[in-house]
Amino acid sequence: MFENLTDKIESAFSFFNKITRLDEKQADEGLRKIRQALLESDVALSVTKKFIEDVKPKIIGQEVLKSITPGQMIIKIVNDELINVLGSEKSDLNLENVPPVKILVVGLQGSGKTTSTAKLAHFLQKKLTKKVLMTSLDIYRPAAQQQLQVLGNDNDIKTLPIIEGQLPVEISKRALNAVSLSGEDVVIFDTAGRTQIDQQMMMELKQLENEIRPHEIILVADSLTGQDAVNIAQEFQKTVNLSSIILTRIDGDGKGGAALSMKAVTGCPIKFLATGEKIDQLETFHPDRIANRILGMGDVVSLVEKVAEDLEQEKIEKIEDDIKKGSFTFDTYLQQIRQMKKVGGMSGVLSMMPGVSKMKKQIDESNLDESLLNKQEAIILSMTQKERDNPKIIGGSRKKRIANGSGTDISMVNKLLKQHKMMTNVMKKMSKGGRGALQGLDGIPPDLLNNLK
Amino acid sequence: MQIFKKISEGLKKTSKNFGNGINDIFKKSKPSNEILQDLGDFMISSDIGLPLTEKIIQNIKNKKFSDEELNQKNFLEILTNEMLEILEPVEENIFNKSNGLKTILVCGVNGTGKTTTIGKLCKILKDNNSKVIVGAADTFRAAAIEQLDNWCQKNSIDIEKSDPGADPAAVAFKTLEKAKLNNYDYCIIDTAGRLHNKKNLMDEFSKIIRVMKKIDENAPEKTIIVLDATTGQNALNQIEEFNKISKLSGLIMTKLDGTAKGGVLLSITEKYKLPIYAIGVGEQVDDLQPFVAKDFVKAFLAKNN
Repeated sequence: MFENLTDKIESAFSFFNKITRLDEKQADEGLRKIRQALLESDVALSVTKKFIEDVKPKIIGQEVLKSITPGQMIIKIVNDELINVLGSEKSDLNLENVPPVKILVVGLQGSGKTTSTAKLAHFLQKKLTKKVLMTSLDIYRPAAQQQLQVLGNDNDIKTLPIIEGQLPVEISKRALNAVSLSGEDVVIFDTAGRTQIDQQMMMELKQLENEIRPHEIILVADSLTGQDAVNIAQEFQKTVNLSSIILTRIDGDGKGGAALSMKAVTGCPIKFLATGEKIDQLETFHPDRIANRILGMGDVVSLVEKVAEDLEQEKIEKIEDDIKKGSFTFDTYLQQIRQMKKVGGMSGVLSMMPGVSKMKKQIDESNLDESLLNKQEAIILSMTQKERDNPKIIGGSRKKRIANGSGTDISMVNKLLKQHKMMTNVMKKMSKGGRGALQGLDGIPPDLLNNLK
Repeated sequence: MQIFKKISEGLKKTSKNFGNGINDIFKKSKPSNEILQDLGDFMISSDIGLPLTEKIIQNIKNKKFSDEELNQKNFLEILTNEMLEILEPVEENIFNKSNGLKTILVCGVNGTGKTTTIGKLCKILKDNNSKVIVGAADTFRAAAIEQLDNWCQKNSIDIEKSDPGADPAAVAFKTLEKAKLNNYDYCIIDTAGRLHNKKNLMDEFSKIIRVMKKIDENAPEKTIIVLDATTGQNALNQIEEFNKISKLSGLIMTKLDGTAKGGVLLSITEKYKLPIYAIGVGEQVDDLQPFVAKDFVKAFLAKNN
């Protein structure tokens, strides 16, 4: 019967016969397990606690899809929230500046700064056709400058010639001079690894920031990092103006909790993932992949997604059934209102109707009052179950009570009752009419439309 | 001995950070659930890992304490004892002079500090009058050979090296051969960092060992994994996988001079009983120190004065 309705309207008009909602007890129980999963994935304790606290209200009251356990539902909600916190928005490097764009690469010893510097330069040259100069400011680790030079030579990326005995600030000045002459678009400064509590070395970093005035300061962090990730990220951010994060060793079997820790405490977007030892193994960040690792419950998440999809079909059938039976109760309508609000209010829903061109103008002209949905929701919520199932019993004193309870007035309640009656009629007509019933209608009955104003 | 003088200094650096947070916990006099919760939080924040944290908390819960025992100092002792019980049996010092050739193969994932650790280790062994030769079998990472060469030159250590990209097994073979012929006390092989879940790289590692065994079937006498203290629970996977290729003899943990507490050492010990040879507490040549459980635990729990 409804074959010709679009998917969107399917979900908009969906409802459950029996709705179960997650309660606080279920949320707490589920979140205990989530907490455990996060900690075992090396998400910092403070970040774990905060995350659990924030996600809890999002769980309580959520509908549980049929054939899904509350636990599975919670996992799905947590997964979505993880993706959200990790950064669902795509974030590019800040290259929109007068060249040379200056990038400073910082991090702990052994996090993969030098390799990442070369990968980034390669990425900029190959993918964005920028000319790049790489400069190593690591005068401490033996052969660190040579390492960058070798990587440059092997991959056709220019590096600043090494002059033994120069200090980092001097080298940075020399690099800036060099690019002003040779005109590279981007200059990347690789720095020595440093522990974030080494004050002298952190001071050096501050000094380099002042000297170079970089457009991007990238923290290179090992995705295998444990609880210390928060301290590392926080301290680097305190010292310099961090703008992004590169996570390395994503090709390991680490759970990557550090990603969440660092993103949560710094707010800096994770822009790249280093996924191997080869020069081109640098990828833009995919939060879903990391969320999946941290939670380690990808199977459950896909299961819930699959069930949600299947359920759409079930819901449609349910609507069909109910409408065929002519039972269009206020509970049904309440579900619809809630769904409608999700997909853009009344005009949103009406405009998704098939064969709608005829109605579209009518809708536009009718000035629908979108706040009406909220009022109607309040009215329905003020009804008893009995009233919702059988609106005929709503007489004068009931109307008065409902109006008071919902903070509206009797005329609003009347309007809703009238509207409900009209809608029931439309539904009945449609169910009798079969395929094309809507097209058979002469637009939306003007009475109904007026009632929505 | 120089290195022992350094211990207290180095650990002082560490303990400053180790001690953060423990102060408040022990101010309370009863191991109420709240205290146990705080204690658990402290252990988790130190990378001890959830399962072991829960186990230790359970241990403490199951014990009965008199009021006297529950005062601040004693309670600290309780946790100290729990930790020492785990760590003391795995103390092992490898810095002594050897009788006859000892072959040490050093492995680990990328960036944990293998080359730096070898540089420091050679210096200590040499200072203890051992004759040392190093094989630069990390032929993969750019300038890895130069890095090791640089350390060796500074400390007059003999090095066997090849060109970048050469077969690491061949370098190991040549080094061991030379060590045998020339009566060295120690032959130490540096290898490229490799993620333990990369089959081809682990195969390469396995080949290095196979080839060394052609010269001496007992070689390598010690296979040491170098772990980074900032690493979280993944360190357990690292041990598990490297151990499959070559039975690990022990471990060295680096970068304990930062704020990372390296608590994963406890979980590792609990599971693998692997000897802990040394810890790295800084970038200087004598910042590699023998592992002493008592000092480590003291630093781990020390108050932040």
